[in-house]
This record gives sequence, structure tokens and C-alpha cells, in this order.
Amino acid sequence: MNLTFKIYRFNPESGQPPHYQDFTVDVKKGETVLDVLGEIKAHQDGTLVYRRSCRSGICGSCAMQINGLNKLACETQALELQTATVVVDPLPGFKPIRDLAVDLEPFYEKLRSILPYLINPDPPETDKERYQSPEDFAKIEISISCILCASCTSSCPSFWADKSYAGPAALVKAFRYSYDTRDAGLRERLDMLDNKHGLWRCHTIMNCNDACPKKIFPTEGISFLKRKVVENKY
Amino acid sequence: MMVHNHEVVIIGAGLAGTRAALEAAKVADVAVLSKIFPSRSHSGAAQGGMAAALGNLDDDNWEYHMFDTVKGSDYLGDQDAAEILAKEAPEVIYEMEHMGAPFSRTPEGKIAQRKFGGHTLNFGEKPALRACYSADYTGHILLHTLFEQCIKQGVRFYSEYQVVHLIVKDDICRGVVAWDIRNGGLQVFRAKAVMFASGGYGRAYRITTNAHANTGDGLDLALRAGLPLEDMEFVQFHPTGIYRNGILMTEGARGEGAYLLNKDGERFMKRYAPTLMELAPRDLTARAIQTEINEGRGCQTPEQKAQGIPGDFVDLDLSHVSEAKLRAVLPQIFDLARNFAGVNVAKEPTPIQPTAHYSMGGLPVNVDGQFIRDAKNTPVRGLYAAGECACVSVHGANRLGCNSTQDATLNGRRTGRTIARDVPHLSWEDVPAEDVKAAEKDLDWYYQANGSENVADLRTRLQDTMMVNCGIYRNEKDLKTQLGIIKELQGRGKKIGVKDKSKCFNSEVMEAMELGHLLNFSEVIVIGAIERQESRGAHARTDFPTRDDAKWLKHTLAYQEPDGRIRLDYKPVTITRFQPKERKY
Repeated sequence: MNLTFKIYRFNPESGQPPHYQDFTVDVKKGETVLDVLGEIKAHQDGTLVYRRSCRSGICGSCAMQINGLNKLACETQALELQTATVVVDPLPGFKPIRDLAVDLEPFYEKLRSILPYLINPDPPETDKERYQSPEDFAKIEISISCILCASCTSSCPSFWADKSYAGPAALVKAFRYSYDTRDAGLRERLDMLDNKHGLWRCHTIMNCNDACPKKIFPTEGISFLKRKVVENKY
Repeated sequence: MMVHNHEVVIIGAGLAGTRAALEAAKVADVAVLSKIFPSRSHSGAAQGGMAAALGNLDDDNWEYHMFDTVKGSDYLGDQDAAEILAKEAPEVIYEMEHMGAPFSRTPEGKIAQRKFGGHTLNFGEKPALRACYSADYTGHILLHTLFEQCIKQGVRFYSEYQVVHLIVKDDICRGVVAWDIRNGGLQVFRAKAVMFASGGYGRAYRITTNAHANTGDGLDLALRAGLPLEDMEFVQFHPTGIYRNGILMTEGARGEGAYLLNKDGERFMKRYAPTLMELAPRDLTARAIQTEINEGRGCQTPEQKAQGIPGDFVDLDLSHVSEAKLRAVLPQIFDLARNFAGVNVAKEPTPIQPTAHYSMGGLPVNVDGQFIRDAKNTPVRGLYAAGECACVSVHGANRLGCNSTQDATLNGRRTGRTIARDVPHLSWEDVPAEDVKAAEKDLDWYYQANGSENVADLRTRLQDTMMVNCGIYRNEKDLKTQLGIIKELQGRGKKIGVKDKSKCFNSEVMEAMELGHLLNFSEVIVIGAIERQESRGAHARTDFPTRDDAKWLKHTLAYQEPDGRIRLDYKPVTITRFQPKERKY
């Protein structure tokens, strides 16, 4: 079936402003948007730029906006979108580098800022595992599936307006470590996040929950952390 | 040209690269270069687990693990390396746990362990519970944990840097030349120690579990620098890739009880591996599936049935396992089967076919991760490797499932420690001007390529023909045909056209460069396969169906001569505890 792909094009070296370019592709059942981008790059326009790697939804490279929603191109079946024209844009909220590739350095910077690792002053016994109950593992289980694709942070209007905001992905990571029974860093992270660019910039708009390809529901983790701040204070 | 000076340069940011970086960064200034962002590395796609004889759920011990690894390797694995793997594996798991890796847990809170192919108790008696896991995204949680530890330790990453040239002169490695993908332009990374952790070469095949990035660049850079590659003819086909696209359905599915069924609904593995059934090693299971298909017992799509065409897949059936259990321990394959096969695994079987998965061959290293350049095990000063790009050789002719995440992490750690030990004794060497010029000339060639050949078409042709002529079953005639095809493609590869002339994020040049690597090292795979006149592990020759220890119990070393020809040499296998025997499961 012939579909039109209306793709955002931008090359800083061309002197041209960003614009859309239409490509017509014969799409077969089973083909993903990433397959289509590959076909366009292979046979229509080799200059098309996008990121991709695993093509099975685990590396997080190919997050982009497809028909207005942030998705992984590799797990989006093109025909299932059920539109004759598919509009493909880069992730919003980040500076475009070229075509569909955006500058994710601010995203990684937020991740680094929330101390994304186990904090525990008591060193574990060498050559032994620490126990953790399946129930305690279950508390963090959904959050550990985050692939850092940036779909959530990019969908967040609070992040669009406040580039100092940590954003849902970094806050999910803060939740993931703080609620790990082996971690003692909750207090440290909360002290850092108890401000208007941290937890309180989340206005529960909940776009992130729809955007997450792993169905993590970032708002829930953020709410847990907010509640903890309040509990600790009062 | 910008010159960076880092004592240690690591190429690749998967499990091996990040684990090594954590060790080396304790004493040295380390830079990790990666062509994609670190957390995008393909280690993250490992699903089922990481092998270690913790014995949390049974009476396992390291000697069983070592034996299984050696037997699984069809006795081509070096037993000193297998012993180290089996002995150190538990410590490596505990260390990952201490770093915060979130493992699934047993009811009493220990690290949970599941069955995996070829892993047994008491030297083959029955399946062992040896694979430590986190649901079915074990590689993902390991990769993120190590990446986050690197953040903690302040390891310097250069993301989206493609290494284009390895600088080796007078048998001393002096650094690399890398291309800044985002901004364009080459930069010299001068180093006392360079480590490859650049992953495998599955993208030489059309049906593969591998990421687009797995084009074997690191291996080819070494080959072009006059260094050898080891055992490249051994390419593992994973038995269960999703039909037609090859995406991985973890062996953990069979570990949790999945059946393999042919078109008659028969659990055909009983005819191939009566004791271990679906939990036989991958080489055997992949061949069994291919045999079922070749002999007309493959399952058919409705279209194939209507047209009377024989089926070319078999079914992976989990419908007898409770949905609650599947959702708890195999959540990712729920999504993968739905997204890529349109299947609900709790209710219906997933069509699967064998898929190119793991590169047993690679850069020859000793058990300390030092690159060796000949059959006498002479190290190259300042050059190291670990992970899938390396050949220690732990896995020999066939790797067991869950041994690669362990190999990458464990030998990444060992290599990082070797580098930390060596760096004080290594010196800053000059970077020869001719190396810089050669790298510039290569890159310019891609930018100026204006021929009529299409990069994607050449790549597809290579991948399709490698599947057919150098896949699960091989024979001399097909392999020689394939060698001819590769020669032809190499010729056409000199006449490609690249339209994109931009400096910024030029992924068209990148893909052309990757094609150059694929075309060059694929010749080594095929030549090694032609010469090896026996069947061993993943290398199954229909014209030489048995293993021949008298002639072929040895590793292949392949060199590229300055005129481009491939020259082979061989190196003995290290045998310590277990003498080669017939493999039965």
C-alpha cells in the first residue's frame, strides 16, 4: 500500500530553514516506520538522517514523533497507524542536529545530575549477594526497564518551558534507585530535587505516561518521591 | 587535526568496555569511544541471563560450568579460559549485585536462576539452574548498571565517535584516529593502551538478532592493520529468531518450558537431543530446526499452505505455561512477539527460524585480554580486547547461552585490570604522520565516491548470500560460490556513490564505511570455512559431517597481506581437564 511520509528535514550546512519533504513508499504488512526510513535512505534519499540500532525496542535510539506522538520507530507498524500520510518529526523539546537526530546532551545531563547509581555507605560483604525479596524487587521492576529513549521527557510541556527541569526520565531513575532496598540515597536525592526545577516542576500533565514505550508511568514514581518530601518535612 | 591524549582508549561501551573502564579508571585517564550512545550498545539486547554456578537453587559448582562450556564449544574452547570463566563467574555476579544490578529473586530473596541450553549438573546428567536473570532483559539491566557506575566514577565518554584507523607501528599500538560523527572531521586519540570492546559481526547476515551497529568494524580495523583474526568461520545461529526478521526470542523461553514444534505438532527435539530436548546447545538446536525445514516438516503460513509451498519456520510454543508466570519472567518477549509477529505468546505459538546471533571468532587475546599476533601468543604492546569482538577463546566453536554476558563482563574486568597493571610501564609513543594521512585519505574517498553502485543493495546482496552459502549448513561448492560473490561485491564496493557531502551527522558515509568492513572481513569467514574440512560446533559441513580432531583441533588465525590476500595460520587449543569426546545431549 502506498503511503506518504512527510518527514522533517533540516541540515544546518544547507542554509535552508527546516521544512517537510514528502516520500511515497509502498509499505507491506509487518513493516515498521524504521523499515520505511531505511527504504527511503536506501533508495530515495541517502542524505536522510535518523538514529537507529537494535530495531527491537531495547536500545532507545529511534525515538521520534510519529503522527504527533513520541514513539520508537522500530516498534511502530506503519500500516497500523491507519493514515495515508504519516508525519515524522524529531523529538520535540530538544535542539535538532540534523533531520530526525536531536541533541540529547541536556537529557543525559539531567540523568547524571540525580546520582543514578546505588548509594550505600555500608559496603556489602565480599563474595556474597545481598538478599532482596521478590516483593521489594517488584517495587522497582517497571522502572528498571527504562531504555533512556527520551520519549517521556520530550513529551513533557513542563520540560519544554523549563530546560532546567530534571524531567520524567531522570526522576524515574531517581525513583528506581531510591526505592531499591539496597540504596540509602533517598534523602540526598530528595534534598536535590525538592525545588522548582526538580520534583515540583511536574504538574501531573501525564503526557509522559502515554509516551513511554515501556509503559513505565513516570508520574507514579514522581508522585512517590513528592510524597516522601512532604512526609519528611511534616 | 585535534589530538587528544588519554592514557587508555576503549572502543565500545557495552558490557566489556564499561566494565574495563571501571577498572582502568581507578589508576589511569580513560576515554571510551562509541559509535552510538553507551546505553544503546547491543549488550542491552541480551535477554535470558548471565551464567554463574552460584548454586542458589541446586547443587551447582564451577567445574560443571567449565565442563559444559568446553563440551558446548565442541572442544575448540581454550580450557584455561573456560576454567577462569567458570571460577570467577560467581564473584562477577556478586559484584554486579553490589553495584546495584536489579536481579530477579527467589522467594527467600536470593538471585534467581533459570535453566539454559547446554548448562547441566554433574557433567550432563540434567539441566542446571545456572542463568542469573532479571526477567528477560538481563543484558539491559547489566548495561545500564555499568553505565551508571561509569557516571559515578566520572569516566569520560566520547559518544558518536567512529574509530576509522588503528595506529600500530613496530608492534606497538599508539592510539586510534576517530571520526566525530556529529560534527564531522577526524581526531587523533593518542594512547598508551587501546582496548577493543566493539562487539560482533552478525550484520554480515540477513536474518540476525544483531543491531544495525554490529558491523564488525573493530575486527576489520585490526585486520587492516596487519593483525590476525581468530576462528572467524564460527558464527552462531540462535535457534529462535522471529520469523522473517530474526529478532531474538530468548532461550529463556525454553528455559521456562517452551516447546519447539514442527508442522505435525511434534516436539522434534526428542529425535536430536533426547536428554536435554529443547535445552540442547544452540548449534545442535539450530541444525535440528533447519533439518526439519529442509526435510519438509517446517510449519507453513496460510499463504504457503494455499500455494503448496513447503514451510520455512517452526513454532515456539509457550501456551501451556501460565500467563501470570510468563508476564512475570518473560515480559519482553510478550511485547516482541506482539510487535513483530502479531502473536500473543500466552495463547498461540510464535513462528521462529534460526538467526545469526553471536560471533565466536574475533580478535585473538590471551586470558588477560592482551592482543596476541601469532601462533606463539606474542602480545602486541598496548593493545587489548574483550567481549564479543574478542576470541579468548572461551566459546570455541559454539557458545552456550548466558556465557556471553558473563564473558563480556568478566573478561572486561580482567582486561581492565591488565591495563591498569600495564599502564605505568607503557609510554607515550609518537603517532606516525602516515597513519593520520591514511585515515584522511580513506575518509576523503568516501566523501568523493560518486560511482553508480548502491550501498544498501550491495549490503543486502552480501547478507542474503551469506545466509544461503555460509549459514547453518555449509559445503565446499556453496562456500566457493560465496567467495566469488564477495570478490565481485568488493569490486563493486569500489564504485559506490555517496550523495551526502555534509560534515554534520553524515550517516550515508557511515553506512558506506560499515559496508567496507562487512565486505572485507566476510571474506575471512568464508575462507576459514572453506579450509576447515570438518564439522565442529556452529561450523557444519555437509561434505565433511564429522569432527576431525586429528586434523582440526586447532584455532584458525587469518591475516590480510598488504596486497589484500587472506593468509591462514593455525594455533593449538589449550586442553587441561577435559579430553575431547563425542558430544551427546
